[in-house]
Amino acid sequence: MNHGPLIFLGVFFTFASSWLALVFTPYVQLQHLTAAKSGETASSYPRPIAGLALVGQRVYSRDGCMYCHTQQVRPEGFGADFERGWGPRRTVARDYIYDRPVMLGTMRTGPDLANIGVRQPSVEWHHLHLYNPRITSPGSIMPSYAFLYRKQKIVGQPSDDALELPEEYAIEPGYEIVPTEEARALVAYLLRQDRTYPLPEAEQ
Amino acid sequence: MSDAVAATVEWTPEKRRAYFARERAGIDASTRLPVLTFFAASVFWLLVGTTLAIIASVKMHWPEFLESFSWLTFGRARSAHLDTMAYGWTAQVGLGVSLWLIARLARAPLRWPRLLVGAAGLWNAAVLAGAIGVLGGQMQSVEWLEFPPFVAPLLALAFVVIAMSALTTFGDRQEGHIYVSQWYLFGALFWFPWLYVVANVLILFQPVRGVLQASVNWWFAHNYLGLYLTPIGLASAYYLIPKVIGRPVYSYYLSIIGFWALAFFYNSAGIHHLIGGPMPAWLITYSIVASVMMLIPVGTVAINHHMTTVNHFRLVLYSPTLRFIVFGAMSYTAVSVQGALQSLRTVNEVSHFTHYTVAHAHLGVYAFFTMTMFGSLYYIVPRLTKWEWASARLIRLHFWMTAGGIMLYFLSLTWAGWYQGQMLNDANVPFMDIVKYTLPYLRTRSIAAVMLAVGHLVFAYLFVLNLLHRGEPRRDPTILGDVKEYRDMIGSEGAPQ
Ligand code: HEC
Repeated sequence: MNHGPLIFLGVFFTFASSWLALVFTPYVQLQHLTAAKSGETASSYPRPIAGLALVGQRVYSRDGCMYCHTQQVRPEGFGADFERGWGPRRTVARDYIYDRPVMLGTMRTGPDLANIGVRQPSVEWHHLHLYNPRITSPGSIMPSYAFLYRKQKIVGQPSDDALELPEEYAIEPGYEIVPTEEARALVAYLLRQDRTYPLPEAEQ
Repeated sequence: MSDAVAATVEWTPEKRRAYFARERAGIDASTRLPVLTFFAASVFWLLVGTTLAIIASVKMHWPEFLESFSWLTFGRARSAHLDTMAYGWTAQVGLGVSLWLIARLARAPLRWPRLLVGAAGLWNAAVLAGAIGVLGGQMQSVEWLEFPPFVAPLLALAFVVIAMSALTTFGDRQEGHIYVSQWYLFGALFWFPWLYVVANVLILFQPVRGVLQASVNWWFAHNYLGLYLTPIGLASAYYLIPKVIGRPVYSYYLSIIGFWALAFFYNSAGIHHLIGGPMPAWLITYSIVASVMMLIPVGTVAINHHMTTVNHFRLVLYSPTLRFIVFGAMSYTAVSVQGALQSLRTVNEVSHFTHYTVAHAHLGVYAFFTMTMFGSLYYIVPRLTKWEWASARLIRLHFWMTAGGIMLYFLSLTWAGWYQGQMLNDANVPFMDIVKYTLPYLRTRSIAAVMLAVGHLVFAYLFVLNLLHRGEPRRDPTILGDVKEYRDMIGSEGAPQ
């Protein structure tokens, strides 16, 4: 049987139906979400990502942290995200309106990072961990991001932001490890990961 | 031969067979240059993608491995693996097979072979630039679309040229009846450019807001397998299984139901990758329903292939084509049933975010699609090069390394992933215990990756020998058993390979 035009129409309409359902309708529903005023405070949430954190977002995307870490908290009662302390509430669409690209992630080789800025606010901890995850978390299989750090000769006083390496990871005397601009940006981005503010659609 | 002349000939079965054999040889000749170009380039990317796969796999249980090279850091190596496999190997071998099938099924020579070679050049230059971009620090963390943005227009342009040639050839068809493989190929060639362009525009060029990017992303990534690779794999199976065993497809109507159900339901299943995520509930439910409905097209294809092959299963001992394609077709049923189950909320609550999903993806793209493509190449390549495969022993080695490798891969990661998921959902299990639990399985996965690599090297070696016409000249096709026995089994209607 010769069904040329029928095939064409069918192929077109099946495709159009999925585009309508999975792309266009959600677009109508979510494209105009804006930040919401929350609680008694005057500020609205979420806040746009800006400055150094924006550069850090680029590093996070470029080096593929997303392929081991999610940035989403599932609802209470569905999985144990809540019990593991990954967030006080589920995350909702509004939490991501400023993310570019959105990096929800689909793999949890490492813990969820949606609220890592609250759970681990220490800049020093993050630098040591990124420089070599085995320093802070023995047995970790997270890669070392030592290429975001610079080894330099100490002239006069050690730098303020030099890493305080434990003995077994020490480098030769007279030298120090300092974060590059990219490492500082990445940590700034991680510290910005805070989706604990209240939103009207997600009670605590 | 014009119809008027044909009408004057007295057609004996021998004359008819000789006539069609000549016609086929002429059509194959028109496809030789472009199709072999696509095949050669795809085999190259298969080896590149395999190397990157081993690097990424080893890094996961041995993080110090090659750790000082920023361009090989896990996130980049793993993504370069995925993208070279997706666009260098699967997309491209699929294009080669599609072009060959389209010309054969239309009984018309392929249009614009030289332009196609140019398009292949553009496609490969874009994949190369993309892979370098990903490794070099231009990566986008958007799954299946990690290439730097400038690559997308180049790939889209090359694809449109290729699809135009295919569709024009389809328009030249001399055969009134449209065979089910042509439906699938038509769908694949139409769907891919739309999906690819819409996804790139809405995520990279004019990004939509927030989580909409994630839904567009999974609409694309899921449909890349469902609406591009799957139809090509099925088209090939629908053509080659009956061809090799010399019997028609069991049921024409089942195959049509299968096609439309696939076109409708697969299309809408993608958002099951975001179950539990910050998405509207209706959207996720819609995708779950579509995923479960996928049992219809899968069931029809499985029944159809089974009924076509039944009583001829012994042929897999002889025919390399059939052996790989039957393995692929069985994996298709398995991966689809698994996919439908995995989209159920209760199962997904455990399997999501774990190695279980990684195993599932490889069951689809490798055990189904890649194995089906190997089978297709064993059939198509000798007809283009006019040279038989150099060694049945090496073909057998290729089969056992890849079939064994992917089974080991699948079983180890499925097991590890399921328990990883159970433990993740039990807050009393410390996170590091989960990491340690998965280690032996990740090491097993690296062993599986090495087995697959051996299989790929053997295949690449056979392919190069064939292109160069090396080895003993053979009169008979290279098959995995006694040729005479085999010919008796398939009779005069079967096409040996
Ligand atoms: C190969 C997988 C992998 C990759 C890639 C990866 N991580 Fe990790 N990450 C882990 C694992 C496993 C852990 C848990 C053990 C640990 O703390 O190191 C972890 C832990 C973390 C933690 C601590 C979380 C907590 O709850 O204490 C942070 C922060 C983190 N990773 C950030 C990053 C960043 C930033 C990147 C990208 C530059 C990255 N990770 C890439 C696997 C990975």
